[in-house]
Amino acid sequence: MRLIINKTVLILSTLAAVLGIVFLFWILLTLTIKGISAINLHIFTADLVDNGLRNLIVGQFTLALIAVVIGVPIGMVAGIYLQEYSFGNKYAEFIRNLSDVMMSAPSIVIGTFVYAIIVNPVGHVNGWAGAIALAIMMIPIVVRTTDDMLGLVPTELREAGVAIGAPKYKVIFNIIIKAAKVGIMTGILLAFARIVGETAPLLFTSGNSEYFTMDLNSEFPSLTVAIYNLATMPDEKLVNLAWAGAFLLTLFVLIINLIGRFVTKEKKR
Amino acid sequence: MIMDIKNFSFTYRGAEKPSLKNINLPILENKVTALIGPSGCGKSTLLRSMNRIHDLYPGNKYEGEILLKNLETGKFENILEIKKENDFIKLRQTVGMIFQKPTPFPMSIYDNIAYGLRLQGNKNKADLDERVETALKGSALWNEVKDRLNDDARGLSGGQQQRLCIARAVALKPEVLLFDEPTSALDPISTGAIEELIVELKKDVSIAIVTHNMQQASRISDYTAFMYLGDLIEYDKTENIFLNPKEKRTEDYITGKFG
Repeated sequence: MRLIINKTVLILSTLAAVLGIVFLFWILLTLTIKGISAINLHIFTADLVDNGLRNLIVGQFTLALIAVVIGVPIGMVAGIYLQEYSFGNKYAEFIRNLSDVMMSAPSIVIGTFVYAIIVNPVGHVNGWAGAIALAIMMIPIVVRTTDDMLGLVPTELREAGVAIGAPKYKVIFNIIIKAAKVGIMTGILLAFARIVGETAPLLFTSGNSEYFTMDLNSEFPSLTVAIYNLATMPDEKLVNLAWAGAFLLTLFVLIINLIGRFVTKEKKR
Repeated sequence: MIMDIKNFSFTYRGAEKPSLKNINLPILENKVTALIGPSGCGKSTLLRSMNRIHDLYPGNKYEGEILLKNLETGKFENILEIKKENDFIKLRQTVGMIFQKPTPFPMSIYDNIAYGLRLQGNKNKADLDERVETALKGSALWNEVKDRLNDDARGLSGGQQQRLCIARAVALKPEVLLFDEPTSALDPISTGAIEELIVELKKDVSIAIVTHNMQQASRISDYTAFMYLGDLIEYDKTENIFLNPKEKRTEDYITGKFG
């Protein structure tokens, strides 16, 4: 009887795994086939107005990079506070939990929030609002990674730093962060991969633009929002452009993720 | 005498009872003083009070006095009265510490030693080079690492890392070095090297060492203090402690009846 149960569970779990993988490959396959066939040199050199993706790709990375510039310092400082300075502070655990809740907050909610605090007062969608929405998505991830990675550094190293006469802030910045550097970098990279493919926070914050622009005060082009718009167009040419964009985006995210994993493996070696 | 611990009690944050009760113990100049006793007797707690590393964690309570001789004035100063950050830095550079696990900093071998010197305000490259070399020679590591001073210190073996940590502390020209079970994570050969080094070092510094290994205490120390449950039971010359202890509990511990 136990053997039968054992076999059944084995078969069921294998089936479930296979089912999952099948769908994953189905998605990737469709994406690759439709995406590659739609890719040509033209989409890298022309903007959306001329049926290209150039302004969208540049826009997407610009928004994500600004989000990194805003989000990483804030997230890291908060993570450092939680791990290194909050000793015996009862609010620290509360902040930590709150930050974790923020991590799973629906991205559309964050988009709406930024709409309410920036877009509405300003009166129109703009690049800054999009970048800030992405930064808000990123901060809790960076807080969590910094907190966790610093936590992995052995206490003895902190004590050794203090024992050599270094003041606490120097111990943290010269020794502890260096020891946790690879982990934190990986976390930031994965957080970047997470936000670079987001649509919902951008949808009504940065809007979309058909033209190449670096002006963050006006509506700002992004690949994700463009895919969302293009995919619903009746024109097949535009739908194909959406496929190409989706394929490229997946490729970017995959590459960033792979770099992240590679860096982690290097460290373990 | 370089340090004098007087009526010292220590209570950890949130603890009801003190972990150390009324300790009186001198640390003699250019001698090795061993602290022995079963786990939880407070010997590490005492050692960690002597450079106030406990202060990393707020809320602990010190009572009594720990006097440290100021070699410039010859006067004894109570280190428990230190409050200013700068005085703490000075204390820790005067009273160095080596931990149970080797703690190389995530930087090059050279920088591991230069780091503390730079904290002292030393920025002269030639002087730094010289002091790094002297420190490495002093801890018998120079010949092994002189060709790879810029390599990451974490690539050294455990024994080498521990000697690097000793070199790092020695480079600051401390008066006292505190060793907290420095060989318990090392193999016998590395242990031998560290023990030799400690005996060698006492020409220049005074040493206090916590050890679980009684052979080690008898091999390298001049004085031994036996502690039990937060009390200092007996303190004497090492040979007296090991050959004819006055206290029954000391004898029982040394002969292995408990511990």
